[in-house]
Amino acid sequence: MSELVTSAEDLAERIPDGAKVALAPDYSGCSMVTARALISRGAKNLHLIGVPSVGFQGDMLIGAGCVKTLETAAVTLDEYGPAPRFMAAAKAGSINVIDGTCPAIHSGLQAAEKGIPFMPVRGIIGSDLLEHRDDWITSTDPFDEQDGPLVLVKAIRPDIALIHAPLADRNGNIWIGVRREMMLMAHAARETFVTAEEIYDGDLLADEARAPGTIPGLYVSALAEAASGAWPVGLFGRYGPDDAHLREYLERARTDEGFASYLEEFVYTPRAAK
Amino acid sequence: MNGEIASSLAPEELLITTVADMLSGLRHVAVGAQSPIPGSAALLARARSDGALRVSMLGSETHSPFTDGGRELFDCAAQGRIDAFFLSGGQIDGEANINLVGIGDYPETKVRFPGSFGSAYLYFLVPRVILFREEHTARVLVPKVDFVSAPGSSDTNMNRTGGPHALVTGRGVFDFDANKRRFRLSSVHPGHDTDEIREHTGFDYDSGEQVPETRLPDGPTLELLRGQVADEVAETYPAFATRLFGAVTAP
Repeated sequence: MSELVTSAEDLAERIPDGAKVALAPDYSGCSMVTARALISRGAKNLHLIGVPSVGFQGDMLIGAGCVKTLETAAVTLDEYGPAPRFMAAAKAGSINVIDGTCPAIHSGLQAAEKGIPFMPVRGIIGSDLLEHRDDWITSTDPFDEQDGPLVLVKAIRPDIALIHAPLADRNGNIWIGVRREMMLMAHAARETFVTAEEIYDGDLLADEARAPGTIPGLYVSALAEAASGAWPVGLFGRYGPDDAHLREYLERARTDEGFASYLEEFVYTPRAAK
Repeated sequence: MNGEIASSLAPEELLITTVADMLSGLRHVAVGAQSPIPGSAALLARARSDGALRVSMLGSETHSPFTDGGRELFDCAAQGRIDAFFLSGGQIDGEANINLVGIGDYPETKVRFPGSFGSAYLYFLVPRVILFREEHTARVLVPKVDFVSAPGSSDTNMNRTGGPHALVTGRGVFDFDANKRRFRLSSVHPGHDTDEIREHTGFDYDSGEQVPETRLPDGPTLELLRGQVADEVAETYPAFATRLFGAVTAP
């Protein structure tokens, strides 16, 4: 267990080029510190899976040229407007976008966590999404033909789930509270890498109030302590998004040159979070 | 009183109160991403319901009853536990198909939108889906969408319990007739008229001889919106709340 606790830079080293990496949306737990380390180490050809969407984290990794494939229900910066580097990459055709829909991503991960090959999902039929997915097929309900057709989505098995959480203990237990999409990610992925605001000197599973919101260490391969590790996006219960910084990102990410200068200033030469 | 309200009413406030009227009597309304006006409407409807209406708002910590992650909303919808939801589109067509993916020949889109979110599922399962798009132009309201993120109607063999209820824009309100698969103009916002709406709508729709003006909110509703509801909205949409309502106190 001695290697369990490491640094965000080491986590980035252990995410190989081409890996399928599941990411949480900006309102959940984003390990932005590891995303910056991935950019710094020059990661390539990543296959990002938004659970079910990505935001600034995805936009930045795409802009830095780390991403070959993006599998997601959406790329959203919420109130901040369209995601500039994603839009530019989509327009240039420099990334392969696998367009999905939130419940199909959740269901694909649920299939993986159960170790089964697929999961039936309602709806979707009549959407053009279906025409472009060879990992989704329509089927009838084998128990009741009157039920109408269903879509079967293939299991989604990420190589790595990468998340940021408020607390981790030295056994690798990770407290996520009610943000249980991260529990699903950890169950479904082969390995889970975590950064945490604080290392808790105790056993998170021993606390009955915390245990239900805790990812057990059995799923977690490596973790790093990283205060403000989600900056500049927020972390539930801890801090909000750094509004001024995100606006500056948006402004600079509108052009290739501006984005390059952003990376130079905040990623390659990291500054401490405010 | 009415004149006073009309003169002080911001266009967004009318949209909020109009949508809120469509939510009265419901048990559970869910609000997705990037939806400040629908979110405000849901919170206004909740405030008027004396707590009977449950609001589940993505991004809110106060208004989120879920403890099982992002999937729980979708599981709830499939069980019939969500009565109303909001969808929008970069394009919306006359059969209520919505496009959240992009303009052009997919995957080579000329303009890329954020993505389909949960639309391809929730449109089928939530009985009252309100389409909301402030921009009412022929660019948005098109004869046929370039990409169907979620279809407005389905073949009868689909087990579909949900679908479009209305389309609310910055110029007026349309109802959707599921049998005819067509919109019908049901009201026009003050300051707009039917000719203008026809001109700026890219799809064909039904309309009566006389189309009423969209109903203005009464004084107590507006007071509630600008007070308690404004503060509640600010928790999830601080920039929007400050712009529309001025100083707010997030609870």
